[in-house]
Amino acid sequence: MASGETVTSSEYIQHHLTNLTFGRFPDGHWGIAHSAAEAKEMGFWALHLDSLFWSTTLALVFGYFFYKAARNATAGVPGKLQNFVETMVDFVEDSVKGSFSGRNPLIAPLALTVFSWVFLMNLMDLIPVDVIPRLAGAIGIHHMKVVPSTDPNVTFALALGVFALIIFYSIKVKGVGGFVKELTGMPFETDNILLKPIFFVINLFLEGVNLLAKPISLSLRLFGNMYAGEMIFILIALMYGAGIGMGIFGGVLQFVWAVFHILVITLQAFIFMTLTIVYLDMAHSEHH
Amino acid sequence: MNINLTLIAQLISFAVFVWFTMKYVWPPMVKAMEDRKAKIADGLAAAERGVHEQELAKKAALEKLHEAKQQSAEIVSRAEKRAAEIVDEAKEQARAEGERLLAAAQAEIEQEANKAREALRTKVAELAVLGAEKILRKEINADAHKDIVDSLAKQI
Repeated sequence: MASGETVTSSEYIQHHLTNLTFGRFPDGHWGIAHSAAEAKEMGFWALHLDSLFWSTTLALVFGYFFYKAARNATAGVPGKLQNFVETMVDFVEDSVKGSFSGRNPLIAPLALTVFSWVFLMNLMDLIPVDVIPRLAGAIGIHHMKVVPSTDPNVTFALALGVFALIIFYSIKVKGVGGFVKELTGMPFETDNILLKPIFFVINLFLEGVNLLAKPISLSLRLFGNMYAGEMIFILIALMYGAGIGMGIFGGVLQFVWAVFHILVITLQAFIFMTLTIVYLDMAHSEHH
Repeated sequence: MNINLTLIAQLISFAVFVWFTMKYVWPPMVKAMEDRKAKIADGLAAAERGVHEQELAKKAALEKLHEAKQQSAEIVSRAEKRAAEIVDEAKEQARAEGERLLAAAQAEIEQEANKAREALRTKVAELAVLGAEKILRKEINADAHKDIVDSLAKQI
């Protein structure tokens, strides 16, 4: 189902992996990039309109339903929506209680937001890869990547948000001195005055890597899984252009992969949430 | 893999949505759930209390019933006693009345007897006088022997 007769497989894939990018062209004017190359030239001063649109829309969907449920929440007999939201809240609260030992009113809502949002963004992956780009193409939008969590900007933004909270709470709970001590005083400890500076450097390196690995692994895990999943969907979609036999085979494959992907998207959302809770728990506790 | 301004924009919207959830979604939901929990706990406690109270009420009712039975038995026995008393009293009264009537009858009889005796006495006196008169008519004057006739009459 490649768009257009002259499109080759690599062009088709390339097309699907290009965001709708709005940014500053090298010559200074702002506009929408028409190709992956143009988008690359924009460098940092560019916005992926599709990622932002879909992620924000999904967040609004989440916000709308959950807000509606919360506003009409009653201690009496709950409706269907409230039941569902309560199940989610209960599930997140259980996860937080299981992993987070401190007391912080931010953690549970943060975990709920992370889980719901990541799940919804991942869920976009189950929509057949060509449906929305085709519809967008029909109204003149040439590039449309509908799964926001296949955009590293999105996953990095989530991870950096969590990272900022890790730093913030580490300093808030332990103080600047405590945080520095945590970064430099472990894992190697000594009372020898000569060894201290050496250990200081080694510890800082190890703990620094440890600290930085948190947001990077968090975001790359989600991005990698979703990107790979999306890529496989695209490759399967390529088969539709290769005759009836391959098309039917592709359809079966797509179904199987989609079913499997239901597990993946839920699991990734859950992992993202759980690690967020665990990292913030580490930030709150004195030792780790 | 272009990292660009999208990252910043996404970061901002992430912050906004977390704030939104924290402010408008989480607290009311948790509150509703906590409230329901409390309500259910209250309901269960009330049910338990109700069962307990029912048990107490049953016990109290049983006690009352027992008491009432005892009381009624007491009343019946007292009434029986009183009835016996009344019967005794009536008997006593009847006896007294009988005695009184008997005494009155006896007195009356006595009186009648006295009256009869008196009448008889007078009659006898008269008869004696009459007899004597008849006898004496032949030989003596009634007036001359009145003293003797009177003393005779008195001796009857």
